[in-house]
Amino acid sequence: MQDTLNLFVMNIGQWLSANLGTLNNPDQIIVEIARWLRTEFGNWGVVGFILANLMATVPLIAVFSGCFALTTWLERKGLGRIQNRYGPNRVGPYGLFQPMADGIKMLLKEDIVPERADKIGHFLAPVIIMIPAMTGLVFLPIGRNIIAASIDSALLFFFAIGSIVSLSVFMAGWASHNKFSLVGGMRAIAQLVSYEMPLILSAVVVVMFVGSMNTSVIVEAQQIKSWVTSDAPALQCLGQVLGWHVFQPWGLMGFLLLFVSALAEANRSPFDLPEADSEIIAGHLTEYSGFKYALFFLAEYVNTFAIIGICTTLFLGGWNGPNIRPPWSDDPQALLIPGFVWFFLKIFVLMGIMIWIRGTLPRLRIDQLMGFAWKFLLPLAIINLLVAGCFYHMEWYFGWPFSILILCKSYAIVVRLNKSKLVNSNRTYTYA
Amino acid sequence: MNGQGILKGMLVTAKNFFGSYVSRERLTTVSYPEGGNTIKEQSRNIPFLVFDGEDPVAGMRCTACQKCEKACPPQCIFIEKDKDERGKALQRPKVFDIDASVCMGCQICVEVCPFESIWMDSNFELSTFNRFEGLQFNREKLLKSNTYFHKIHPQQAQASDDRLAEKERKRLEREAARRAEKSASEPQV
Repeated sequence: MQDTLNLFVMNIGQWLSANLGTLNNPDQIIVEIARWLRTEFGNWGVVGFILANLMATVPLIAVFSGCFALTTWLERKGLGRIQNRYGPNRVGPYGLFQPMADGIKMLLKEDIVPERADKIGHFLAPVIIMIPAMTGLVFLPIGRNIIAASIDSALLFFFAIGSIVSLSVFMAGWASHNKFSLVGGMRAIAQLVSYEMPLILSAVVVVMFVGSMNTSVIVEAQQIKSWVTSDAPALQCLGQVLGWHVFQPWGLMGFLLLFVSALAEANRSPFDLPEADSEIIAGHLTEYSGFKYALFFLAEYVNTFAIIGICTTLFLGGWNGPNIRPPWSDDPQALLIPGFVWFFLKIFVLMGIMIWIRGTLPRLRIDQLMGFAWKFLLPLAIINLLVAGCFYHMEWYFGWPFSILILCKSYAIVVRLNKSKLVNSNRTYTYA
Repeated sequence: MNGQGILKGMLVTAKNFFGSYVSRERLTTVSYPEGGNTIKEQSRNIPFLVFDGEDPVAGMRCTACQKCEKACPPQCIFIEKDKDERGKALQRPKVFDIDASVCMGCQICVEVCPFESIWMDSNFELSTFNRFEGLQFNREKLLKSNTYFHKIHPQQAQASDDRLAEKERKRLEREAARRAEKSASEPQV
C-alpha cells in the first residue's frame, strides 16, 4: 500500500510537469486529469473501478448541490432587492452562509410522519424525486469531453426520465393523507403532463437540424466550423457565438417555448401551482418536514438546473462562448477560457431570469395554466416544427424572411384566438 | 404587440432591483442593531411617568388619582396610594405598576391624566429573560425625567410644559385674588 501511494504521488509529479508545463489546451485540463486518474485507477482492481465510477458522479452531485445552495441565496437576495429590502445579510459576508444555516436548521428539525399516512409512500417520494433530478445532469455537456454519459439517445432519455418527477410528486401528495397534498399532487400531474408536450416539441426542432440526440454532438453543431478553425481571433470568437441555434428564427421561437415550458416543468413561478403556498399551503410538501423537505427542495432546484442546462445545450450553444484559441497552442480545438465557465455562466443567467420572473409575475389560475399549455404553447410548437422543416430545405435568403413572417403571423393569430370574447362585451348578470 | 405587459412588468421589477442599490429612497429598511436609532417622534408603545427636577420621588407629577387605572381598557395599571406615618393617604402613589405584556399602547391613560404625568415612551427594546417579573414595570422603572420626555417627544413635552405653566399662573392669580379679597373683607383696624 505504501509503495502504491508513493508511486501515485511520483506519477502526479511527472504528469504535472509533462502536461501542465506547456498548458497546451486550458479547456481540457480537467479532462486530462480525469483521464490520467482513470488509467491510474486501472491498476487498483476493484477499488480503482469504484473510484473511477465515483469520479464521474460525485463531482456532478457536489457541484450541482453547491449551485443549489448558491441559487437559494441568490434567489432570496434577488427577490429581496426586487421588493426593496435587503434579503439575508446576517450569516457570513452578505449572508453568503445562509444556505448552510438553512441546512443545519432543516437537519435538526423533527421528522414528522402523519399517523394515517402511507408510511412507505411518504418515505419513498423524496427519495424517488432525487433519481430523475440527478440523472438529468448526466447528459449535460459541461465542457468539451466533460460529460458523465455521452450516449446517442441522451435527449430522449432525459425527457423520459424527467417525467418520473410527476410520479413522485403525486406519490408524496397521495401518501400524505392530507387534502392539500392531494390537490397539489393532482395539479402537479395535470401540469407536468400538459407541459411535457410543448417542451418536447420545441426541443425536437434541434434534433431535426442536427440529426442527433447526442447532447455533445448538438453542442458541437453550434459552431461555425470554418470560422473556428481559421486564424483570426475575431472570427474564432464570432464563430462560437453566431452558430447558436437561438440566433435563427426557429431557434429563437423554440428557445422561448422551451424556456416557458421549463418554468412549468420545474414548478417555478408563475407556474408553481402544485405548491401554491397561498392557496394550498405547500401542496405535496405540506406534510413533509426536516430532511425530507430539504430533499424535495434540492431535487426541485437540481431539476431546474438540469432543464435549463438542456435549454443551454440545445439553443444557447452549451459550452460555446466568445472564446479564442490560445496563441501559443498548436491544438486546433484548444480554448483559452475553459468551456465550463461559459456553461455555468449561461445557466446562472437563465436562473437569474427565472428569479426575475418569479419576482414579477403573479401565479396563473389552473384553467389559465392548462389553456396556456394546450391552446398557446402547443400550436406554436407545432408551427415552429413545420417552419423549421421548411427552413432546413430553403436557401437562407428565402428561408429567413419566410420563417420570420410565418412565426410572427402565427403568434399574432394564436394570441388572437386565445383572447376571451367575454372581455370586451357587456356581461349580463342573472340573479337566482 | 401582445406580451408587452409581461415585459413592462419585468422592467418595473428590474428598476426596483437596481434602484435599491443606488437610491436610498427605494431601500427604506434599517438594519436594526447597527443601523442606529431611527425612532420617529410620533412613535409610542408603553406609558411612563414624568417627574420634574432631579429627585424622581419628590418631583413626581402623579397624584395617585387612579383615573388612568380606571380608564385602562386592558387593565394593566395598578396603583396604590402612599400613606404617611399616621395612616393618612398622601397625594402620590406608593405602588405604580404597568404590566407591559398586557398594555396595548392605546394612549387612553395619557388622555385622561389631568396632571400631565403619564406619557407614552418610545423605547422598544424591552426584551427580558423573565416573562412575568421582567415585564411588570414598577414605579422606579416607569419614572423618567422631564428632560428625557423632551428628548423623545419635544413637541408634546413643550405643550405639556406650557399647559402646566399656564395652570400654575392661574393658580397663583387665583391665590393672589383670594388673598386680596381676604384682606379686603377683613375689618380694618
